[in-house]
Amino acid sequence: MTAQALQPKDYKSVVPPTWCAGCGDYGVLNSLYKAFSELNIDYNNTVIVSGIGCSSRFPFFVKTYGIHTAHGRALPVAMGVKLANPELRVVATGGDGDGFSIGGGHVPHICRKNVDITYIIMDNRIYGLTKGQVSPTSDMGMVSSTTPYGSPDRPVNPLAFCLVYGATFVAQGYSGNPKEIAALIKQGMEHKGFSYINLVSPCPTFNKTNTFQAYKDLVEPLPDDHDRTNLPRAVELALNPGGKIRTGVYFESDTPSYQERLDEIKSKASKFTAAGFAGIVDLYRP
Amino acid sequence: MARDDVIIRIGGEGGEGIISSGDIITGASAKAGFHVYTFKTFPAEIRGGYAMYQLRASSKQILSQGDGFDVFVAFNNDAYQVNKKELKPGTVLLWDGPEGGDIQPESHPGVISYAVPMTRIAKDELKAPKAKNMVALGAISTLFSFPIETLKENIRLKFGKKGQEVVDINIRAIDMGKEYVEKNIKKQDPYRLGEPQAKDKDVIVISGNEAVGLGALAAKVEFFSAYPITPATEIAIMLARNLPKLGGTLVQAEDEIASLGNVIGASYAGAKSMTATSGPGLSLMTELLGLASIAEIPLVVANVQRGGPSTGLPTKHEQSDLFTAVYGGHGDMSRIVLAVDNVEDCFHLTVDAFNLAEKYQIPVILLSDGSLGFRTEGIKVPDPSTLKLIDRKWFEPKGGEEVYKRYEYTKDLVSPMSKPGQPGGNYVATGLEHGEVSRPVYTPENHTRMIDKRFGKLANIEDEYKPTEREGDENADLGIISWGSTQGAVREALARARADGLKVAALYPKLIFPLPEKAIAKFAKSVKKVLIPEINKQAQFAELVRARTGIDSIRYNIYGGLPFPPGDIYNKIKEVIRP
Repeated sequence: MTAQALQPKDYKSVVPPTWCAGCGDYGVLNSLYKAFSELNIDYNNTVIVSGIGCSSRFPFFVKTYGIHTAHGRALPVAMGVKLANPELRVVATGGDGDGFSIGGGHVPHICRKNVDITYIIMDNRIYGLTKGQVSPTSDMGMVSSTTPYGSPDRPVNPLAFCLVYGATFVAQGYSGNPKEIAALIKQGMEHKGFSYINLVSPCPTFNKTNTFQAYKDLVEPLPDDHDRTNLPRAVELALNPGGKIRTGVYFESDTPSYQERLDEIKSKASKFTAAGFAGIVDLYRP
Repeated sequence: MARDDVIIRIGGEGGEGIISSGDIITGASAKAGFHVYTFKTFPAEIRGGYAMYQLRASSKQILSQGDGFDVFVAFNNDAYQVNKKELKPGTVLLWDGPEGGDIQPESHPGVISYAVPMTRIAKDELKAPKAKNMVALGAISTLFSFPIETLKENIRLKFGKKGQEVVDINIRAIDMGKEYVEKNIKKQDPYRLGEPQAKDKDVIVISGNEAVGLGALAAKVEFFSAYPITPATEIAIMLARNLPKLGGTLVQAEDEIASLGNVIGASYAGAKSMTATSGPGLSLMTELLGLASIAEIPLVVANVQRGGPSTGLPTKHEQSDLFTAVYGGHGDMSRIVLAVDNVEDCFHLTVDAFNLAEKYQIPVILLSDGSLGFRTEGIKVPDPSTLKLIDRKWFEPKGGEEVYKRYEYTKDLVSPMSKPGQPGGNYVATGLEHGEVSRPVYTPENHTRMIDKRFGKLANIEDEYKPTEREGDENADLGIISWGSTQGAVREALARARADGLKVAALYPKLIFPLPEKAIAKFAKSVKKVLIPEINKQAQFAELVRARTGIDSIRYNIYGGLPFPPGDIYNKIKEVIRP
């Protein structure tokens, strides 16, 4: 890497985004370029991992290494990358369906393990790649192609979900405010351990309910005096009193990362046998 | 005539030290230079607390668990009731009695019965009821010529930490078992171990699952992630204890999908990576196996088969995951499937699995099974310096702004893989169809070409890997093709049949997929009939052989949850050759 700081455009890959005009994900992508540039991130030393969905095309649009995995499996794959080479910076990206429906079973475990990766969800409350079905964050009653009489399901709450499972950094942003998103991504990537960033990112094509227009009056920053070390208060705000979309950092704690715990295990284990492979073989001598 | 080959089954109440005494006599026998082979099965009519241990020992090589048992040692009435119907003429019943225990043996014509009052000796004479198992070991050793001095040596080693008193009581118990037999029992059976071989002394006693773990360590595995599942868990247990000592990383994942996901990520990052599971886990993994296949990510999945489908028979033996291993998952998915024969094979084929995965950049499924996973054998101490380890074909950037072709169409169709962290090798691995540069390409030409690449890179694997072994007569009346741990029973049956003058041969393929078609076709031509015995209903391997080679075989399938007794295969050979 040259000493010269990289500009946001330097992180752009040659592949142009495949998203519809007006998609909220453009704002997220530009914010990510900006955050990377401000952190002067080495794109050769960074891996972006995604699942399947519109927002999961993300890795193709950034000049880093990347893995575009199977639907719902970004987190376990991202975790494997990070644990195999802790020197790499690892970011997982995806949508609400990828993260909280098909892949929802992985979220509690990456939270409680506190693996040092940043997970960015672009929440559009709809399945866009399959052209408009309700997602796990869609409101009850929402009409879509698979819910012509209105959705019978209540939505999940990704922020509360991650908070109660022990994520050590939880934030929310809105793609109408890319500056703030860049700041959140920067903080998330500087955080030690698992950082979860929920980004409200409207789908102008298939979700005619949760639009930029509709969000305009709902989005507001977290209260100025919010104490980001106060978990019960963070959960309370995440439960969304008054139906507002509050942006900013809900919670942050200084907790040993999974890597630090694994390093402890390795140092404990190495005290038991000194002789490497031969020492292990000796355990099985009769 | 003396029989230098004895199968001893010990049954009793859990907590009576059945397993620990079994491990002690197995270890001592191996240490003295005998061959050992344990077998763990759990009867359907199992009741709470029943424990059993089965050991086959000989001064000669042992190929299978054998047919039933020669000696049954009954610690209590429950164990006697569970096993009494297997007492055949010529077998020995060694039981806790005539006083002190709760067994009242029925009449078993032709069965040789020895009563040793193990409970009474331990309780009344030694004042140490827990030493009953050692009284039994003393009696067993004396009756069947097990190495009693090595047994005592191991007891001193094992119990030394607990103090001299504990050691003394256990040694005394062994001596009392010995003395009782010498004074009171007249030997009427033929079972007597021969002279142990000094050259066979440098062994380890290890289970199939542990040997897979050891093979992985010898292959320099760096990352392992798994979810607990019977009968594969011991692989994770072995590696949890030992992999961190060598600097590697072990993860217990939230499910099998996650464990394979972890492994894919780790391998992408450059680490030799592995997971271990059993049927239900393999089913869950099939989607991500497709990702590893299309994205050409090397990894190893050890699948320890059990009875299926669904939860099936978790602790039992079956060879019924072959179709899933070979064909499981959607789309035209290339992969390599290996199957292990015995405990030593578990070590070596695990090394091979890593080598093949790295060489061809492909997922390799290693098929083991429950009875092989659980059982222990004495195997030669492995010497890692004799192993040839194959590393991945890495991409080395030349500098400049050239576009990295992750899936470059090379001569051998294996493309240099870039390790994240280096400039010039950036790419996105993807489960979408891609071109030579790893970006989505949806044209018909490209999809055809890339599928051909992923299968074509394996085109010469049979010549490169040499995955079969042939045994027996050149122009045989019958040829057996046997895969997986059924091979042990086939080897033993083949030896018996040839000793009888029957003309039989066998082919043992280690590589199941791609099927070594040339070797199989050549073998089939050299014999009059082909027999394929396997432990599944659907004749999965016979079907694969027919699908790939057109060769029809006589099928011999059992599916009760137990491995083949060699005697059954021997009988089948006779039946086929001389109907």
